[in-house]
Amino acid sequence: MTETAAEPLLRTDRLTRHFKVGGALSRRTLHAVDDVSLAIGAREIVALAGESGSGKSTIARLLAKIYQPTSGEIYFAGRPLSSIRSRADLLRYRGEVPMVFQDPFSATNPVFRASHGILRALTLHRPELGRQQRYEEAQRAFEAVGLAPAAEIMQRYPHELSGGQRQRVGFAQALAMRPKLILADEPVSMLDVSIRIGLLNVMADLRDKQGVSVLYITHDIASARYVADRLIVMYAGHIAEAGPVEEVLARPRHPYTQLLLSAVPDPRAELHVTEETDRGEPPRVIDPTPGCRFRWRCPLAIDECHRVTPALRELVPGHSAACHVARADAATVAFR
Amino acid sequence: MSMPISGVSTTPGPAGPGGPEPAAGAPAGQAAPPATRALARMARAVRSNRKATVGAVLLAIFILVGLFPGLIAHDNPNADAYAPRLGISTAHLLGTTAYGQDMFAQLIWGTRNVLIIAFVAGLATTGIAVLVGVAAAYLGGLWDGSLSLFTDVLLVIPIFPLLIVIAAYLHGGNTIVLIIVITVTSWSYTARQLRSQALSLRNRDFLAAARVRGERRLYIIVVEVIPTMTSLLVACFLTNALYAVLFASSLQFIGLGDPNTVSWGTMLYWAQNNAALQTGQPMWAIAPGACIAVLGAAFALLNYAFDEIGNPALRPVRRTRVKRAN
Amino acid sequence: MSSVRTDTDPQPPGSRGQAGPVLAVRDLSVAYAMDRGAVLAVDRVNLELYPGEFLGIVGESGCGKSTLLFAIAQLLAPPAAIIAGSVVFKGENMVGLTDDQLAAVRWRDMSVVMQSAMNALNPVKSIGAQLKDAMKAHGVTSADEIAGRSAEVLRMVGIDPVHLKSFPHQLSGGMRQRSMIAMALLFTPDLVIMDEPTSALDVVAQRSLMVQIKNLQAELGFAVIFVTHDMSLVSHFSQRLIVMYAGQVAESGTTRGVFDTPRHPYSIGLMEAFPSIRGERVPLTGIPGRPPDLSRPQQGCWFAPRCPKVMTACTETNPELYPVPDALVRCLLYAPGADGKAAGD
Repeated sequence: MTETAAEPLLRTDRLTRHFKVGGALSRRTLHAVDDVSLAIGAREIVALAGESGSGKSTIARLLAKIYQPTSGEIYFAGRPLSSIRSRADLLRYRGEVPMVFQDPFSATNPVFRASHGILRALTLHRPELGRQQRYEEAQRAFEAVGLAPAAEIMQRYPHELSGGQRQRVGFAQALAMRPKLILADEPVSMLDVSIRIGLLNVMADLRDKQGVSVLYITHDIASARYVADRLIVMYAGHIAEAGPVEEVLARPRHPYTQLLLSAVPDPRAELHVTEETDRGEPPRVIDPTPGCRFRWRCPLAIDECHRVTPALRELVPGHSAACHVARADAATVAFR
Repeated sequence: MSMPISGVSTTPGPAGPGGPEPAAGAPAGQAAPPATRALARMARAVRSNRKATVGAVLLAIFILVGLFPGLIAHDNPNADAYAPRLGISTAHLLGTTAYGQDMFAQLIWGTRNVLIIAFVAGLATTGIAVLVGVAAAYLGGLWDGSLSLFTDVLLVIPIFPLLIVIAAYLHGGNTIVLIIVITVTSWSYTARQLRSQALSLRNRDFLAAARVRGERRLYIIVVEVIPTMTSLLVACFLTNALYAVLFASSLQFIGLGDPNTVSWGTMLYWAQNNAALQTGQPMWAIAPGACIAVLGAAFALLNYAFDEIGNPALRPVRRTRVKRAN
Repeated sequence: MSSVRTDTDPQPPGSRGQAGPVLAVRDLSVAYAMDRGAVLAVDRVNLELYPGEFLGIVGESGCGKSTLLFAIAQLLAPPAAIIAGSVVFKGENMVGLTDDQLAAVRWRDMSVVMQSAMNALNPVKSIGAQLKDAMKAHGVTSADEIAGRSAEVLRMVGIDPVHLKSFPHQLSGGMRQRSMIAMALLFTPDLVIMDEPTSALDVVAQRSLMVQIKNLQAELGFAVIFVTHDMSLVSHFSQRLIVMYAGQVAESGTTRGVFDTPRHPYSIGLMEAFPSIRGERVPLTGIPGRPPDLSRPQQGCWFAPRCPKVMTACTETNPELYPVPDALVRCLLYAPGADGKAAGD
């Protein structure tokens, strides 16, 4: 999906978030997210992939306004989030950009029924509805995510539901607020494999039938490929590569993306392993020096990689990579 | 560009629990609201734990006595109408005091005073501790810092001397004063406990989910956090009630309560004043002392059940033998 | 680019056919004593493992794979207990041995790597101290020997021995798992049992760890039982594969055989539930329904309610494990006399 002249649904501009680490007297900062500029359009699923420590969960929390950015800006429908001051504005944003969490067993309050969260969400975000209407809306949302019979399931307590059902409840809650963009933070990682597909299909359905965009955060490239339109790969707080999902997977240009793809176990493919198999130690980015953060693991690193932090540049229309060595023709391959 | 994915897969199948645990769970669709469920859970825990059952029975007896003292003791506890220093007899089950009052009547009527102090002080202490402890944990930052500092300062001051000082300053007091004094000096310990527990809950996703949903912080504290801590709250209440009994009786014993109140502690005070143990009236001291001990034990025994709800590791391991097939 | 031995041939040199099996599990059953009666978590499992072999046990939550592992390692605690069957390790039945008798075997001949290193490692002791504890518990007293062996096992798993002084929280997830494996290899056991050791790791660390395990196996010759929910992970590393469902073995055979021709409808469904990063992008449906509630035993096959190839006989007859070329399948489609095809195929 190429960027048109129209403003995308959500856009970040050099978004940065640092955390102080060490004790109270320490001056060290952890650069969780640095200079991230990404865009999400309407009716699309964008996958944000990366290892732990890459910053993907921090981005989700920045977009959900759980954290405030250290610098940079987030624009939603053209308006910067920093201009949100009143509670009414904040509430409206929360209704348009809700979040679904990773752990279905801790994301629901065990003392309330499954209907609690969604009814509260409707009370807060759609005050024009009366009690009976709220109940009916909740039922509709439950049915839309495949929880049937909705009335009976709404009466159950979380411990009476399976992990997959609880995650669907999370999506139903988000859907009830009539969102434009759902932030899904690793929604299937803690579910059994045979249940994951069902949830991924729910997300695709939300895009196709309800017109909702989804930011799908994951470390599983295969599921990203299954459900997403575009893929953004993050490494150590930076965007390494971004583009249409099939294009990035077929012709990865950033050496990190190539490493990631080569490590995904695929029973149908041959296994290639070298003596210097990469250990998979993601860096903790504390007070980093300029330069590419992947340089210590990259077999293609050149002198410039140690001095200048690469910027994200478009190599082929719609497909960008942040690498000094990457070329439009994808001739250089670091990891097979 | 986007692939049409075939329809949403539903989750049919029989009602029943799932998740990572094998098998057993509650049957689906229990219709009770959370408060009733919590009570049912607690009742079950008490019934299944022998110590707690004993404690519950004892407490129930005391409560009944406190509610209907007139049915059990027929004499007026305050009337010094009888011959003094009588021994145990059928007319006076425990004998009479040096002032000619019926000891049994005093004991029975005194139960009411003690129970009122226990429950009111217990509830007030726990209530304040909840507000301060959970707010400190959830609000964090400067709020946590200042509330915790305040709590810690009070915690460090030894309670009993503080109690004595305050009570003496107020020239002794009636029941209400005692309750206030005990509450003010006791809440800090429980507040610390509850703060720790709330802190451990702070990272649970359902709290982040509530915040992202747009709930206000006060709502989250009261509606989302506190109900998940009910077992701990009950355990704290029982502990605070126990200590209220002990502190109140102690204050009354050393004369800082109102000596004219009918209560176990005041009985001890008067017994002490009249050197009861030395002058051959041991029941005057032993009876109220034993009651204090038994009531305290009742609270402590009940607490065992709630400890186990809160910490499953304390539950006794099932020793049911599974038979080998051959 | 030199390649590492990752062969999945069913006959690695020096194993099957020469010595007897290092582990033979026969008709093992494990039950949990619950309020409502006993729940059969593992139902008559048979398996054999030869020296140097890598066996993968695959299944989702609740299938009994972890319980099976604990039963083999004799680590079950009440309310779980082995109710039938035998676990013969190097010729001796471990079921019913006392703790003292087991202590002789534990760690020297058989060791266990747990699922989450952060939970299994002591957070207040350094790695070196924990290795020392393990060695002392098994009779090694010389300080020199302890120091030497500790450094050696860390180097074996690719950790710089300087980390002997580090605490678990100072190491990354991958390094923690590696130190667990190092601890398991202290006495070069004949069998190492691993319970989802890579589930907390990212994909690159995961691949690297698997390769490391395979290298060590080639070097030291121990057998491995590897339990996981991720089929594709073991596909390149194991020689034999067991798929478990509802406490029973659903299918078992050579890894390549099971992957190339899965027969049990559950194995087929499980394999199709993994979207691939190569090839056609097709819509998938996963397996509808949920794993069964083992506390409510039912007549017939456990998988029948979710099976796309279910027949009327499936809800009446309990299927046994039927032999097919190169594998065993617990499915009436492959019962003797059946032709392997469902009605209407």
